[in-house]
Amino acid sequence: MSDTVQVERQQKMDSREDTDFFGGTAQGVLSTAMDRPDGPQKVTGTATYADEDHPPGTVFGWLVRATVTRGFVTGLNTDELRAMPGVLLVLRDDRLLRNPAQGQAGRAPVQFKGEVAYKGQPIALVVAESFEQARHAGLAAKADYLDRGGKAVICPEDAEFETPKAKQSSMGDLDAAMTAAAHRLDGEWTTPSMSHVAMEPHSAVAWWEDGKLTVRASQQMLKHNVKELADSLGISPAMVRILAPFVGGGFGSKLGISHESVAAAIAARKLGRPVAVPLHRRQVCETTTRRSESRQRVRLCCDRDGVLTGVGHEVWVSNLPGETFSEPVTQSTPFTYRGENREIAHHVGRLNITCAGSMRAPGEAIGVPVTEAAIDELAEMAGIDPIEFRLRNIPEEDPSKEIPYSSNRLADCLRRGAELFGWSERKPAGTRREGEWLIGMGMATAVRVNMLQESEARVVLLPDGSARVETDMTDIGTGSYSILTQIAAEALGLPADRVTTVLGDSDLPPAAGSGGSFGAASSGSSVTLAAQAVREELAKRMGADPGELTLKDGHAIAGNTRRSLPDLLGGEAIEGKGTIKPGSNARSVRQASWGAQFAEVAVSAVTGEVQVRRMAAVFAAGRVLNPKTARSQCIGGMVFGIGSALTEESHYDRRDGSFVNRDLAEYKIPANLDVPKIEIEFLEDRDAWANPMQAKGIGEVAVCGTAGAILNAIANATGVRFRHLPVTLDKVIAALPRP
Amino acid sequence: MRPFDFQRASGAAEAMDPGLRVIAGGTNLLDLMKHEVETPARLIDVNHVGLDEVRREGEGLRIGALVRNSDLAAHEAVRRDWPLLSRAILAGASGQIRNRATTGGNLMQRTRCPYFYDIHARCNKREPGQGCDAIGGFTRSHAILGASEACIATYPGDMAVALTALDAVVEVEGQGGAREIPAAGFHRLPGDDPSRDNDLRPGEFITGVRLPAPLGGRQVYRKVRDRRSYAFALVSVALAVTMEGGRMTRVRLAFGGVAHKPWRVPEAEALLEGHAPHAALFDRAADAVLEGARGQGDNDFKIELLRRTLVATLTDATGDAA
Repeated sequence: MSDTVQVERQQKMDSREDTDFFGGTAQGVLSTAMDRPDGPQKVTGTATYADEDHPPGTVFGWLVRATVTRGFVTGLNTDELRAMPGVLLVLRDDRLLRNPAQGQAGRAPVQFKGEVAYKGQPIALVVAESFEQARHAGLAAKADYLDRGGKAVICPEDAEFETPKAKQSSMGDLDAAMTAAAHRLDGEWTTPSMSHVAMEPHSAVAWWEDGKLTVRASQQMLKHNVKELADSLGISPAMVRILAPFVGGGFGSKLGISHESVAAAIAARKLGRPVAVPLHRRQVCETTTRRSESRQRVRLCCDRDGVLTGVGHEVWVSNLPGETFSEPVTQSTPFTYRGENREIAHHVGRLNITCAGSMRAPGEAIGVPVTEAAIDELAEMAGIDPIEFRLRNIPEEDPSKEIPYSSNRLADCLRRGAELFGWSERKPAGTRREGEWLIGMGMATAVRVNMLQESEARVVLLPDGSARVETDMTDIGTGSYSILTQIAAEALGLPADRVTTVLGDSDLPPAAGSGGSFGAASSGSSVTLAAQAVREELAKRMGADPGELTLKDGHAIAGNTRRSLPDLLGGEAIEGKGTIKPGSNARSVRQASWGAQFAEVAVSAVTGEVQVRRMAAVFAAGRVLNPKTARSQCIGGMVFGIGSALTEESHYDRRDGSFVNRDLAEYKIPANLDVPKIEIEFLEDRDAWANPMQAKGIGEVAVCGTAGAILNAIANATGVRFRHLPVTLDKVIAALPRP
Repeated sequence: MRPFDFQRASGAAEAMDPGLRVIAGGTNLLDLMKHEVETPARLIDVNHVGLDEVRREGEGLRIGALVRNSDLAAHEAVRRDWPLLSRAILAGASGQIRNRATTGGNLMQRTRCPYFYDIHARCNKREPGQGCDAIGGFTRSHAILGASEACIATYPGDMAVALTALDAVVEVEGQGGAREIPAAGFHRLPGDDPSRDNDLRPGEFITGVRLPAPLGGRQVYRKVRDRRSYAFALVSVALAVTMEGGRMTRVRLAFGGVAHKPWRVPEAEALLEGHAPHAALFDRAADAVLEGARGQGDNDFKIELLRRTLVATLTDATGDAA
């Protein structure tokens, strides 16, 4: 074991970071389209996900679902189940979860304690030698329920709404502005409940050793998940380790711990054997989280020149009783456009259906399509091209808080997007037709708040001059392995194949985790800082200022001296610890990622089918760390957006809240044929307020403008403004005359 | 999944046993078994009994029951002479499922709905006499024609819709001997016993499907759905139309996604045959097809959608020939 020198660097974002560190590094590996280091493992099936690679002796659990919507469980046919083939345990435990923890909760969510709050809620776990035996017994479970009154509320129309004070705001006099305006719009839109349906179903494998619990789980935020799991079980977080080296998508549904890890942990303890609890797709749909449906009233008004004078956005969303999360639909409304008179209102109704939680771009993903449809409609009323209308309404600063933007290249995105897409070819609404197909072009602004979360990483420069990155960050398909490798390689002047990145183990330094599009910036910044600490140590050894040090291809260069890293290390390792912390920049400036998105659609005048023919988008989101993974994220986001515009909707039976289309055959995410050619460009952008890398979130912004662009394209094709998402063909034929 | 006995048949005769449930591609049955919607005690695997050839028989074609959907859709003779069949198959399921699914198995896929698939919901198809939770529930996919108070499920397949339009015949064999059932009569309406999807008798086994001589003319399968692949039809129209001298001399029509079985209305065909195509006539044909159509609420749109799709399909197929 060689000696290790420990160094450390911390930064709290309380001011602009004027030094563009990566503008001065020499390796040239950051911001290149490097292939994923984990790619070969993924395509050869050797990347092990949560429900793989079971420890010897693993047994399997199936969660029993509640067959009533509300009530108390008073009994279960335990003896009968216990006698079924292979059954080892029928677990009833108050610690089972009612619903998963919300993102970054860091403590137990509402636990079972015998009460059912929605149909399909897990009420017990059956464990058997094989998965098939467990499921067979689980399906044979029969519970007794006691109805203690209290009506189950399934539809928002029947819900009582709360109006939380902190979520309302107003400025000026919107009513007066509406009355006085040259053009005004007052409309109502709806968006449906949606399901994340990440490709990998939630799964957990739990085992205990010497009183310590290890869980292989499919999670996005390990440092929070450890606390949530420990709190749910009533043990110390120090006794819990979570492993999630590979995660097959999350989209927010794996932010907090869910039923499977708690159930697996309790059962494993009782049985003294490893227990795997993989959720079935149906259980994923019913029992993890959903995106809330929304009703949105938008009021907009402008003067003769198309300058907005008022913006109103009032929303109604829902969640289970007692949940504090509610879809922040209006999140970007206050700062996207001009308008000195504003009213933002937010209401939360209580429903007895699947828990609502964060789903990719919570808030903007459904708020921005609606406000962008409204803006488009107002532009049309004002007789102004939609792009020109938006350009006239980009404020100098955040008009609600009177604080500057950290960086805002929306105007450039709009102009470049128009060029890329061929916006000048757009025709007046309802005038372009090819046979039965009505053709239209539409666009929308994409905007998503940019965040930073505390994150820690370790970067070890080993005596042989290679490096290892360690943090409990997750890679949920986004490319964390790629970018963290690139960041460390760039900062230390190493080829990427000299850097190994280890993630997804809660014993490693606690990272921000994957969520809110802050994962790359937060964990990347911690890796940057850790590597900078190592650089400082190397500079000292070179007798140079860190600013005068060049690291490239495994060599340190300062002045006339050039030494190889192994030589400089002299058999020692340097271990750098980096910590990034959010600071006052989160309040002193308005940070967001921006984009302009475009779609061309064809709408059948016969059947009402809508096909997206092509899409294009231009984004400005600070430094792009890897254009390949960034582009993949944006493509994924835009496919997500197609789904929310046209096909995706969770259907709950209005009588009892059964999730009717709880599988991938009937919950319709876009299939390959639904996805057209997608062109994506990133503008050169740096955001000195955001973090030391000057990068911003890219994962979610691409969702935000897609559905709006499609809605506006449909309006351009048909002359009809559809206000209820998804725009399925039944809605279209109801609005279009028979051909 | 309930534990079951499994045996592999070496010849088709072994499968003609009322006590055995036949499994071929398993694309539907295994799914149903996992959910315990079906809980057969004994399975017999017929993947190795042969019956996997497509061959000419006079002017027609004989398709073995074990011919895979992908192979059938790609078969040269099918593509040339019965293109409707090839198009219908390719409109269904996904590439992976078509690679596995067989001709006989495709006919045997269950007529279904989401409530049938949920063992915690009431379903007369699953448990006769239990009641139907689909009625009054979420009914987007459900039937608008031929439904009953007992069941509003739809037959979800595409291949059988084409076979119905093409006057195909299903060959079945049981211990009592062989018989033929016209494709149009193979599946049944729910009536008061929706537990039976088709007229196959206990112990009978599908050995193949026979296509009569090619119909020629224009053949179109238009499937309308919520996404462009891997989705069941909201409505589908199978059309084979022959034109002579500006008149439609032979018309075959069948519809999917609207009833407990592939839907065929000979009156509508008769109404069109012998006439020159024109809009009013197509409307009358649609009236004939939709006679008695009734929505369940969420699927009311299917009535208008079927009308539009039928008229447009007829218009397109007869368009430049008038």
